[in-house]
Amino acid sequence: MNEKDRGKELEIVKILEENARISDSEIAQMVELDEKEVKGIIAELEHRGIIRGYKAVVNHDKAGIEIVQAIIDLKVSPERNMGYDAIAERIARFPEVKSVRLVSGEYDLSVLVSGKTMHDVAYFVAEKIAPLEHVRNTVTHFLLKTYKENGEIYGEEEKGKRLAVTL
Amino acid sequence: MNRMADRIAEKVRQIKGSGIREFFDIAQRMEGAISLGVGEPDFVTPWSIREACIFSLEKGYTSYTSNWGLLELREALSDAIYKESGVYYEPEGEILITTGVSEAFDLAIRAIVNPGDEVVLHEPSYVSYTSCTIFAGGTPVCVDTRVEDEFRLRADRLEEKITDRTKAIILSYPNNPTGATLSRKDLEEIADVANEHDLLVISDEIYGRLTYEGTHTYFTSLNGMQERTILLNGFSKAYAMTGWRLGYAAGNKELIEAMMKIHQYVMLCAPITAQKAALEALRCDEEVEKMVSEYNRRRKLIVKGLRDIGLSCFEPKGAFYTFPSIQITGLTSDEFARRLLKEEKVVVIPGSVFGPCGEGFVRCAYAVSHHKIKEALERIGRFVERNR
Repeated sequence: MNEKDRGKELEIVKILEENARISDSEIAQMVELDEKEVKGIIAELEHRGIIRGYKAVVNHDKAGIEIVQAIIDLKVSPERNMGYDAIAERIARFPEVKSVRLVSGEYDLSVLVSGKTMHDVAYFVAEKIAPLEHVRNTVTHFLLKTYKENGEIYGEEEKGKRLAVTL
Repeated sequence: MNRMADRIAEKVRQIKGSGIREFFDIAQRMEGAISLGVGEPDFVTPWSIREACIFSLEKGYTSYTSNWGLLELREALSDAIYKESGVYYEPEGEILITTGVSEAFDLAIRAIVNPGDEVVLHEPSYVSYTSCTIFAGGTPVCVDTRVEDEFRLRADRLEEKITDRTKAIILSYPNNPTGATLSRKDLEEIADVANEHDLLVISDEIYGRLTYEGTHTYFTSLNGMQERTILLNGFSKAYAMTGWRLGYAAGNKELIEAMMKIHQYVMLCAPITAQKAALEALRCDEEVEKMVSEYNRRRKLIVKGLRDIGLSCFEPKGAFYTFPSIQITGLTSDEFARRLLKEEKVVVIPGSVFGPCGEGFVRCAYAVSHHKIKEALERIGRFVERNR
């Protein structure tokens, strides 16, 4: 891929990271390609696994959706030849698990777990995660309130206070 | 007693108030209007800058600063200018912090103009250059720029206007209201004129960071120009800090010293709160880059949209303005703007506000969200359809 195409591709990724619902024709205008080329590039980005999905950032409190989430810190013994990958991938397969990250510091894995009730989450951790062979220790932090998610602030939107006309 | 109006100084009377002020008032009050008439970013100042300002207040930084501005800020600016342009200015003596570029421009003009001196400036351009020159007792001499030249200032046209009374050239690129930029070659030709006629240059580069194709060339970086150029710049546009009123001038020691003399009596110093915030702003390159890429996307959206409507629109490569021609409607730019506001609730600025040669054009600022740009384009499209 030449540098120009690479530039366009990155530009499209950035635009979609900001707003995944923007239409192909609008993207086309912004990056100066035609709509068909944009569709092609996006299909390619999906095919190569660079774009992994398109999901809305939802304020559950506002939507009245009862959901309980917790960050679980895990201490894990790495496996010979596999490091943390095998255990991390194993944990990642549970649908209750929304994200799994290897982190530095006192703990090794940071896992975000989602359930309908506190009981669900606690039960899941106790029954599915803690007993895993390489998991040595777990700490569960229930999430109490979300202020910002994925770059979106949940409070009142901050509006500029510009005059209607300035030269 | 004479009428009060007769007691107003002649120079002030000579300046006409803006003829479209009442139109602005309507726009300000109208519900559901979309304004493409705002000459400032729609972003709020990046949080880290606001936070630094709050911190400075908590720490009790509420006093005057040196008349020159905080030395720390002048040092940081000196570094920043050097990094971007390769030109070095002494933090002590060659840089003056001002209350916005507006003040810096006024100081520069007052520092160099004697009664009767001519100052050559290009039009269409920002509205205060002419008035400030008149207030300072100088005579503004305008060079038209034209759409067929993409509103670039041509050195040959500039040279035609130079007389033995010409003191300085005012340069303002990227340009408000056209969005035009000058290439390095254009600038070099202008530099040759300045050299040949031994003129000073006041270069207002407030929109320099908002350059979308290629990079901005500082006029002062051209051969021999540092000595004769007063560089003006500020924080309003690139850092979305319009209300903070902070700018600066950089140039030859004697020129800056002269400006400083005026500044210390009329302004004393720029607000310390804004200066403290500016220190943080200079560390916010990433935020600026983000805003610039966003403007660039909007620029492409609006230029394409205006062309699709049938308005001919040259490609602006800087600032956040487009300057489409409205000639196909047969309306004057003032009529166009008034009727568009009344009939479709969209604010654009008549090109004629920025000089007679802006007639036949309107300024559409794209410092608004995609959503609003799209809605505004639809409304303008309907209006043009009815009036072509």
